[in-house]
Parts: sequence; C-alpha cells; structure tokens
Amino acid sequence: MRSLEVENLTVSVEGKTILNNLSLNLPKGEVHAIMGPNGSGKSTLAKALAGHEHYTVSSGAVLMDGENLLDLEVDQRARAGLFMAFQYPVEIPGVSIANFIRAALKARQGEEDSFDALAYYRRLYAEMDRLGIDRKFTGRSVNEGFSGGEKKRCEILQMAMLEPKYCVLDETDSGLDIDALKIVAAGVNHMRGEDRGILVITHYQRLLNHIVPDYVHVIVDGRIVKSGDKSLAVEVEERGYDWIKEEMAAGV
Amino acid sequence: MSPVTTVNRESELLTESVFEQFQGRHPDLPPWLLQQKRQSWMEYRSLPLPNRKMESWRFSNVRGLGVGPFGLANAINGRSRAALAARSQDPGSYAGRLVFGNDDLLENSPLSRELTEKGVIFEPLQTAFSKHSGILEEFYMAQKSDLGSEKFAALHTALNRNGTLLYVPENVEIRLPLVSRHWAISENAAVFPHTLVIARDRARVVFVDVYSSSEASSRQFACAVSTLYAGAGAEVEYHHVQNWSERSLSFNTLTAIAHRDSRIRAFGMNLGSKFSRNEGHSIIEGPGCNAELYSLSLSHLDQEMDQRTRQTHRAPHARSNLLFKNALLDSSKTIFSGLIKVDKSAQQTDAYQTNRNLLLSPKAEANSLPGLEILANDVKCSHGATTGQLDENQLFYFLARGIGKRAAQQLLVFGFFEEVLEKIDNPELAEYHRRLVHEKFRNS
Ligand SMILES: Nc1ncnc2c1ncn2[C@@H]1O[C@H](COP(=O)(O)OP(=O)(O)OP(=O)(O)O)[C@@H](O)[C@H]1O
Ligand SMILES: [Mg+2]
Repeated sequence: MRSLEVENLTVSVEGKTILNNLSLNLPKGEVHAIMGPNGSGKSTLAKALAGHEHYTVSSGAVLMDGENLLDLEVDQRARAGLFMAFQYPVEIPGVSIANFIRAALKARQGEEDSFDALAYYRRLYAEMDRLGIDRKFTGRSVNEGFSGGEKKRCEILQMAMLEPKYCVLDETDSGLDIDALKIVAAGVNHMRGEDRGILVITHYQRLLNHIVPDYVHVIVDGRIVKSGDKSLAVEVEERGYDWIKEEMAAGV
Repeated sequence: MSPVTTVNRESELLTESVFEQFQGRHPDLPPWLLQQKRQSWMEYRSLPLPNRKMESWRFSNVRGLGVGPFGLANAINGRSRAALAARSQDPGSYAGRLVFGNDDLLENSPLSRELTEKGVIFEPLQTAFSKHSGILEEFYMAQKSDLGSEKFAALHTALNRNGTLLYVPENVEIRLPLVSRHWAISENAAVFPHTLVIARDRARVVFVDVYSSSEASSRQFACAVSTLYAGAGAEVEYHHVQNWSERSLSFNTLTAIAHRDSRIRAFGMNLGSKFSRNEGHSIIEGPGCNAELYSLSLSHLDQEMDQRTRQTHRAPHARSNLLFKNALLDSSKTIFSGLIKVDKSAQQTDAYQTNRNLLLSPKAEANSLPGLEILANDVKCSHGATTGQLDENQLFYFLARGIGKRAAQQLLVFGFFEEVLEKIDNPELAEYHRRLVHEKFRNS
C-alpha cells in the first residue's frame, strides 16, 4: 500500500507504442533512478503518470498507495500527492511564482480553510534560501526568462513547497552547473524520507553521486531491461547502453 | 419632418407610447429640458438601427438590438429601497454617494459641510435640472456622440431623468472618491444613468460609477452616458464598473474632455450584460494635457462586449494613452475598434493605443480594429493589438501542480489585469476592482 506501483503499463502516443508492459515499484522511503538512451520513453513514463492527455494508456495499472491513479484527472493526481518536475518547465507569463505556488497550495485546501499568508512567505523564503534562489524571484512570472538552471531550481522549489508523496524528477540535473547541481541534489536529499518515494530520471551518474539511489533501472525501448543498485549507474556511465542491448538480444 | 409616422414600430427598441408615458410621469421638467427631450426623441425615432454594414458596427452582433420588450420602470417599494441601499457599500470610503434604483434616488449621502462651503455641487440630476440649470444648459449632453451610438445617445437624452452632477470649483481638491451607484431592478426595466463631472481649473477629483442589477436572473436595458470635463490644470480620475445582469443589453458612452495642462484618467471594468456596447472618447482641447483611457473586460459564456474608442487631438503638445485589455472565457466575444485622430494643428502629439486580448478558451473570439488618422506631421503615435492564449502546455503545467482549469484561468486573468490595476493610486479602489473579478469567477 505504501508505494507507487506501475504494473505492465503500455502507453502510446499518436498511435505509436512507446512504453511496453513497463513495471516498476517505488516504495515510500526509497529513491529510484531511471536511466536510458534518448527516446527510450523516460519522459513518456513521467507524463503518463502525471496524466498528460497525449499519452494513451492502453493497458496496465498504476496504484498510488493502493489508489488507482489512472482514474484521476491530471490535477487530481497532483493533489493526491504526485509531483513531476518537468524536463522542460513551461513559461507562464503574468503569473508570479509566489501566486502560482500559493494557488497550488490553496487547491489542496478546503474552500473554507483559511490561508496563512505570513507563514506561507516564511516557508517560501526558507526554501528559496535553501535552493539558492534570490528572493526577488517570488515576483517574477513563472519560468519566464529564467535560465535553464533557474527553471530546474524552481521545479524543486515547487516540489519542496507542495510536499508530495511521490516525486518524478525528469532530468532535473540537465542544464545545471556543478554548484547548482549540488544545491539541487541537497534540496532533493532534504526531501528524502519515510513518507516519500522519489524517482529520478537522469542521463548522468554525476547526479547519483549526490542523490544516492536505492535502485537503478535501465529503460530501453519502453521497457525496464535491467535493475540493480547504484553500481549499475556507474557501469552505464562507463560502458553506455550497447552491452545491455546485446545482453537483451542474447536473451541473458 | 415627422419621423414618427415613418418608423416601423416593430423594429424599434422602445415605442412611441414610452415617450408619452415619460412626459406624463414628469410634468414638471424645466422647459429647456423638455424641448431638448422632444427633439431627441424625434431624432431617436428617425435614426436607423445599427446594422453590420455600418463601419462603426462592424463585427457587432446587431441582431437583438431592435425589438425589445423593455419599458419605463415603475417606482420601487420601500423595502427593496432599504435593501439596495444596504448592498451599496462598495467600493469603500467616499466623500459623497448617491444611490439610484431604476433611476429613482434611493439614498443621498451628501458632501461634508466643508466641501459644500467651498462651492462643490454633488447633486442628483432630478433636482439639479432646476437648481443648477445654468450649468446643465451649458454642459448637459453638449457633446455630440459620433462613435456609432448616436441613436442611443438621442434615446438617452429623451428619457434620462436622473444621475449625478458633480461640479468642483477652481482649486478645490477632493481626496476621497465620489460615488454614484445605479441599480436596475425589475424585469425589462429600461434605465438611463447619467453622470456629469465638471472639474474647474486646477480642481482634483475621483469619481466612481457602478452599474449593476439587483438580481442576476433579471433582464434590463441600460443606456448610460458619462461626461468628464477637466479645466486647465485639473485632475480627474474616473472609474466605471459595468456589471449589469448577464441577460441585459447595455450601452455606455464616456466622453472625456481635457483642457490645457489637465490630466484625465478613466478606468473601465466590464463584467456584466449579455451584449454591451462601450464607447469611449477622449478629446484633447488644450496643450499640455494628458488623457488616459484604460479598460478591463472579463467575458464568459456567450457574452459579447463591443468597444469603440477615439482619441481626438485638437491641440498641440499633448498626450493620450489607451490600453484596453480583454480576457475571454468560454464562447464569449469582444470587439475593439479604436481610432487616434490628430488634427492638423495638433503638432507634437504623443498618442498611443493598445488592445490586448487573452483568449482562455478555443471558442472565444476577440476582434481588433486599431486605427490612426493623422493630419499633423510632427507626432509620435502608435497603435497595436496582441492576442495571447492559454496554450495546452501551459494548462498542463497548471494541472500538474494541482491547479484546476478555472483557477488557472483566474490566475492568468489577474496577472493580465495587473498592468492596469497597478495604475490605480487608491488601494481601496484597486482592491474593489480585484474583488469584482474574483466574484465573477466565483459565479462562473
Ligand atoms: N508528444 C509526442 N508526440 C509524438 N511523439 C512523442 C511524443 N512524446 C514522445 N514521443 C516519442 O516517444 C519516444 C520516447 O520519447 P521520450 O520523450 O519519452 O524519451 P526520453 O527517454 O525522455 O528521451 P530523452 O532522453 O531524449 O529525454 C520518442 O520517440 C519520442 O519521439
Ligand atoms: Mg526525456
């Protein structure tokens, strides 16, 4: 019950099958990493979990703490505790970060609940400080004109503020310089805990030196073809994916 | 000319008997006014109904403007008077307030003695027509409408009987806003709100007009005219809230006349009516002045908001600015058509006109017709229109954070409107505008 369970998930986009009977179990308290070649379906998994309408689930199930996630609308999934950090965060002109996150928090409250604006700003500033985001950013439009690294930090800021149960981070490390990478990794590590499962999608072992995963999965052609501990990431970094594909072909 | 006999009764909004009824009800109008009204009624009857072939009605849905079941409203009873007065507390602090229901005066919160002693006049028109006939004969409906609604301006002149006269003498400054609150009450009532603001040289004043219906489900016809005069060096800030019920048909004409070195700023908030036609005209009469017209519209369902503006420059070295922002939900529609008109003598004019639309639904439709007519050769003028929309990636981003579609639209609208709202100096008034937008979202 305390896990995000993906069972035999098959997903297609515009009639083309991208994920093929993919299964994955992410229990609370753990961090799993997913690696895989370009176009192997990593972002597709993230977006299908989030519920993007372009991604059609033709079979399989996703259970979040036992609840059927696929029955929920995109915003319901998010409010139920799923968070996806976008590989390419979207710009929202005219809506400030502070107002955006506040709206997301308010959406998780009842109509009648009061909102403590003072406490909100205190928390927001604390998280921004931790992530090395200038406090002036609260007034800036979401992602508009942000550098690549700033966008990624802003994703983690949102994750920290929304305190989701399960997080899917889609290449949050790409575009970060080495200092930013450490800060973001520290931000993610800060959120590790008994009540949260984290799925980190990445191309680089480098990130996993900072966010040490409990398990590493390799995805090829829409399927998880190999799982292991953190040493698998080191191996992938050194040898690439061809040997895994060869193993698959040889039926090992 | 005997237009009465030439008009096809079927195609008219209000029939001949309405004016007879009006005269019967108001036998004590001053002769000059009665004369003006008779003439205007004939003019109303003789002018053609708008049709889409007329340039000033392009894109407009003119069907439904003709036949109406509307008629003069009956007086309202004491109980609803008190109830409506109690509902008139917004927009906050004021220096004076008049509340009208179906054009009857419901409540009069007069000016302080101090202001009265300085010669400020804040008077319902029903009494001002005789008490201040000198001022009214000079200024009342003195500015001809020519943005398309001539017929409805004539109708207004014929049937208007109440509203507000605000006269601020030279050098008098009124810090708090003056408020006129117009309610339309019964089903099919026709109302004709009027506001006349005269700020003499170096006077300063803020005026707020609020139009709404007592019940959201009722239908009315509203035909309103507001005129602002800013004397030399005067400053006039005007707020106009159009919030009639969403079954209503409304016309609103605003004319702002700026004399030497004066400043006029007008803020419109359009929320109500099924069909609303808004005409705004700023006229630069003297050098050195600055006239600014701002408008925010939020339309939803099948509302249609039709906006026509003109910035006329008759004197050199002056500036005018216009920014109309429309946010459209559902299958609503807006039309913006604006013209900057610079006379030959108006050298060194700075004139800007911008229309921005935010389409929040694929079925919404925003039309934009900006225009320039410049006869002077040394001017800085620009006009522009932009239309943005909520694209599906943005919507997905909101949803992925748990923010539902309506809440996302609301956030975007507030962000979009802020550019205008932040120009309002009085925080209570700015907050009032924000609250109105919130309420519209809550009820949509
Ligand atoms: N919206 C879409 N429309 C069409 N094809 C899509 C869409 N989204 C994904 N695809 C296709 O699905 C396949 C998997 O894409 P996906 O983005 O999931 O890969 P990825 O593993 O995240 O790659 P990368 O490492 O480059 O981010 C690709 O072939 C891609 O072109
Ligand atoms: Mg990807």
